[in-house]
Amino acid sequence: MSPLPSSAEVDDRRAELLARLHDELGEAVEGTHELAGKDLWVRVRTDAWREAAEVAEGRLGMTYFCYLAGLDWMPSPFGKGEDDPTQPPPERSTEIVQGYAGGSTRFQVLARVHDVQRMVGLTLKTDVPDDTMAVPSWVPVYAGANWHEREAWEMFGISFVGHPDLRNLYLPTDFEGHPLRKDFPLLARIVKPWPGIVDVEPMPADLDGEGGDE
Amino acid sequence: MTLALAYWQESILRVLGVTVAVLLPAGTFVYVFLFKLMSFMQSRLGPMEAGPYGSMQLLAEVGKFLQKEDIFPEKADRALFRLAPYVVVASAFLVYVVVPFGPDALFADLDTGVFLVLALSSVSVLGVLMAGWASANKYSLMGGLRAAGQLIAYELPMVLAVVGVVIQAETLNMQQIVLTQNDGEIFGWGGLGNPFVLTQFVGFVVFLVATQAELTQPPFDMPVAESELVTGYMTEYSGLRFLLFFIGEFATAGAFAAIAATLFLGGWGIPFFPSDADWMNLVGPLVLFSKIMFVALLIFWFRFTYPRLREDQLQQFAWKYLIPIALANIVVTGILKVAF
Amino acid sequence: MSVIDRRELSALAARAADARVNVELETEGMTLNIGPQHPATHGTLRIIVRLDGEQVVWAEPVCGYMHRGYEKLVEVRSYPQVNTLINRIDWLGSFANEVPFILACEQLMEIEAPPRAQYIRTILFELSRISNVSLGLGDAALQLGAQTAAFYAFRDREYVLNLVEAATGGRFHPNFDRIGGLKDDLPKGWIDETKVAMRKVRDYCDEIETLVFGNEIFEARTRGIGVIPREVALQYGLSGANLRGSGVDWDLRRDQKLPMAWDKCDWKVWTHPDGDSFSRLWVRLKETYEATLIVDQLCESLPSGPVMAKVPRIIKVPEGEAWISTENPLGEMGYYVVSKGDTGPFRVKIRSASFNNISVVPWVLRGVYVPDVITILASLYFILGDIDR
Repeated sequence: MSPLPSSAEVDDRRAELLARLHDELGEAVEGTHELAGKDLWVRVRTDAWREAAEVAEGRLGMTYFCYLAGLDWMPSPFGKGEDDPTQPPPERSTEIVQGYAGGSTRFQVLARVHDVQRMVGLTLKTDVPDDTMAVPSWVPVYAGANWHEREAWEMFGISFVGHPDLRNLYLPTDFEGHPLRKDFPLLARIVKPWPGIVDVEPMPADLDGEGGDE
Repeated sequence: MTLALAYWQESILRVLGVTVAVLLPAGTFVYVFLFKLMSFMQSRLGPMEAGPYGSMQLLAEVGKFLQKEDIFPEKADRALFRLAPYVVVASAFLVYVVVPFGPDALFADLDTGVFLVLALSSVSVLGVLMAGWASANKYSLMGGLRAAGQLIAYELPMVLAVVGVVIQAETLNMQQIVLTQNDGEIFGWGGLGNPFVLTQFVGFVVFLVATQAELTQPPFDMPVAESELVTGYMTEYSGLRFLLFFIGEFATAGAFAAIAATLFLGGWGIPFFPSDADWMNLVGPLVLFSKIMFVALLIFWFRFTYPRLREDQLQQFAWKYLIPIALANIVVTGILKVAF
Repeated sequence: MSVIDRRELSALAARAADARVNVELETEGMTLNIGPQHPATHGTLRIIVRLDGEQVVWAEPVCGYMHRGYEKLVEVRSYPQVNTLINRIDWLGSFANEVPFILACEQLMEIEAPPRAQYIRTILFELSRISNVSLGLGDAALQLGAQTAAFYAFRDREYVLNLVEAATGGRFHPNFDRIGGLKDDLPKGWIDETKVAMRKVRDYCDEIETLVFGNEIFEARTRGIGVIPREVALQYGLSGANLRGSGVDWDLRRDQKLPMAWDKCDWKVWTHPDGDSFSRLWVRLKETYEATLIVDQLCESLPSGPVMAKVPRIIKVPEGEAWISTENPLGEMGYYVVSKGDTGPFRVKIRSASFNNISVVPWVLRGVYVPDVITILASLYFILGDIDR
């Protein structure tokens, strides 16, 4: 067992990974973000999503499939669910701002793979086109992506081309809607408004540098 | 002292006697072994509320079962469903008919006692199959099928183990076997009698293992594997019928323990004491009872310790190991019997 | 293909799947539902198996009976409230659930907990591992029929749960971790009690090793059953003891640098090359023993100091994304926290270990016998709250 590499070494390995990804995928790499000592984010073009998986699994040694998830970048029209139902809803920003490694669509797919021998991981992202909401499936490359893609389908409505059996995982078959989308309301707050509306204590003074001793 | 009783008085006495003979060991097993021994082995106390140290718990449970609603699964075969528990309990009762409790205290002195006992112990298989099929429940069906395979497979080692005893005793009569053990001699020394557990030790072990399987106790409890089949063939039974299965399980345990005690441990006889005294009719049952408790202790101790064997491993164990060992035992016994 | 077609297709496929599994008795083989109410599944997991006699030809877990929608719920909560919520994902090793989330938030806020807090966090983390996995071992024995071992597990877990309660106030849901440190310091005399309890847990491990693992029947039931080769394990994302039981030497406590105290003590990572149920359970046993050694060493060298860094009263995590995962009792658990600078998270992706561990069930259950289904599930060891979130 090799000893734990130092932080600098891991950064070097990440840089190496990034360079090889650029080599293998070329144009398909649309955005990257590196946090020294922490992690590496790479965004690829949608049609190169499966190719990126093949490169990662076959040529970069990232044999461990951690997870695959969806992201919805639209700010929630319901805010934090604390709206007073008797008042008109306040004005909220509807600007869609993506996170690390950029992006241009409302939905993105996020996946993480890991190399258990060189102890370095990679977070991959891709845009989901708004019109087709379809992304190539990772199941032929990583068999474990099966359940994760099913969950992303039922929660966000992102379909995965090439998935053998894309149906709901948690929810009943005839469930309508995709719950984790921001415009799907949290029903608990619709059914019963947030109790803090009536019973609001003033927030404690926001004193920076005040040690929390409670 | 012999009592001259009218036939009808004797019949009543016999009925009472067999009921006590069956239910007393069953009840004692449930309390001592299931409630207390198992609990102490698992670092807990067991039932303590009903009666002093929980001794009335069984009565409380009987009362609870009796007042339950009589439920049938909708698709169940009514007649078979009703009949199954009675078959199992009946076979346990019938076994006691040929077990001797004293020189004169016995129900029937049959010359083919051993044969009858082994035949009767197979009747409970029918009850299990009936219960599994009639419950109209996949789990019960699987439990019933597993039970059928297991019980039939383990009949053979039991029979073969007993054959060794029969060869040594030269008779199938249970009373004669006890007397042979009490009055016999081992290589000329008559102090201890000739309890067959010493000369037929291999047979004793095989018999105990086969008994464990016949009772569907762990490690052979695939048919009632709790974590898979939720009590298998008994799943759909509740109330009085379940109570009958429950009592039947322990009564059968008592019955097999009684057979083991009679065939291998010397029945109601005590070494160094005469076996034809009249007072033995009163002491004999107590002696037999204590031997039954000892055998049951072995059975239940195994039950609480071992995990369960898988069905095919169970069958392999019976067919590939127990039966050849029992056959070898018979061969060796026969040779020695002829030689000496 | 347009979206509408795809939805129809998916609905058709789903209806066909439902129809397949609702057939009661087919001519070839029987379809059996194991669960959702069943003594063997640790919670409400339903596994539909199609049997040919006693052999499984096709198996599929149906989860979601306990889906509580955590990823939706956290979007309307503030960070301390999220902490309370995620305690309940893996409810047996509950402190361990909080830690990766807190570390992710601390990474985004760029603060680090003081050393004493890091040590105590690690100690409580390992205690939650002991309480979770020791129950798993007793439960595995119970599934196989040895009822006594389960009682020993509950008895010896009590010592650990008492310790956790003394320190945090809650046996099962401590809710003790805070962004920047811990809620409180340890009570007086806790260290000595811990040492006594660890000795008892080590005795329990030895007892289980002789009583259960040394038993021939247990070995016959678990050796060679449910073999998961290394490559399959990596592809499905199995983690924790399941991965190490297939021979992969990877432990997130050792193989990444986190602000916790695992690198401050000497301990060993256990692997087993076989990949069958026995190896997975054996690795769990050894890990429990090892965890007691870690706790002992950390208690000896506990530094003094504050247990909470300077954080503002109302916690607003700066904008960014962070992923932290740790070696939880069940496997690798991680949180991907997306923050927009608000008092609560924008999106949290909860990567729970049992989700991946159970996704391998359709693959591994083909061709095994029904009793082996129970053995394999017991050796994979999942918690429903972890699968369903």
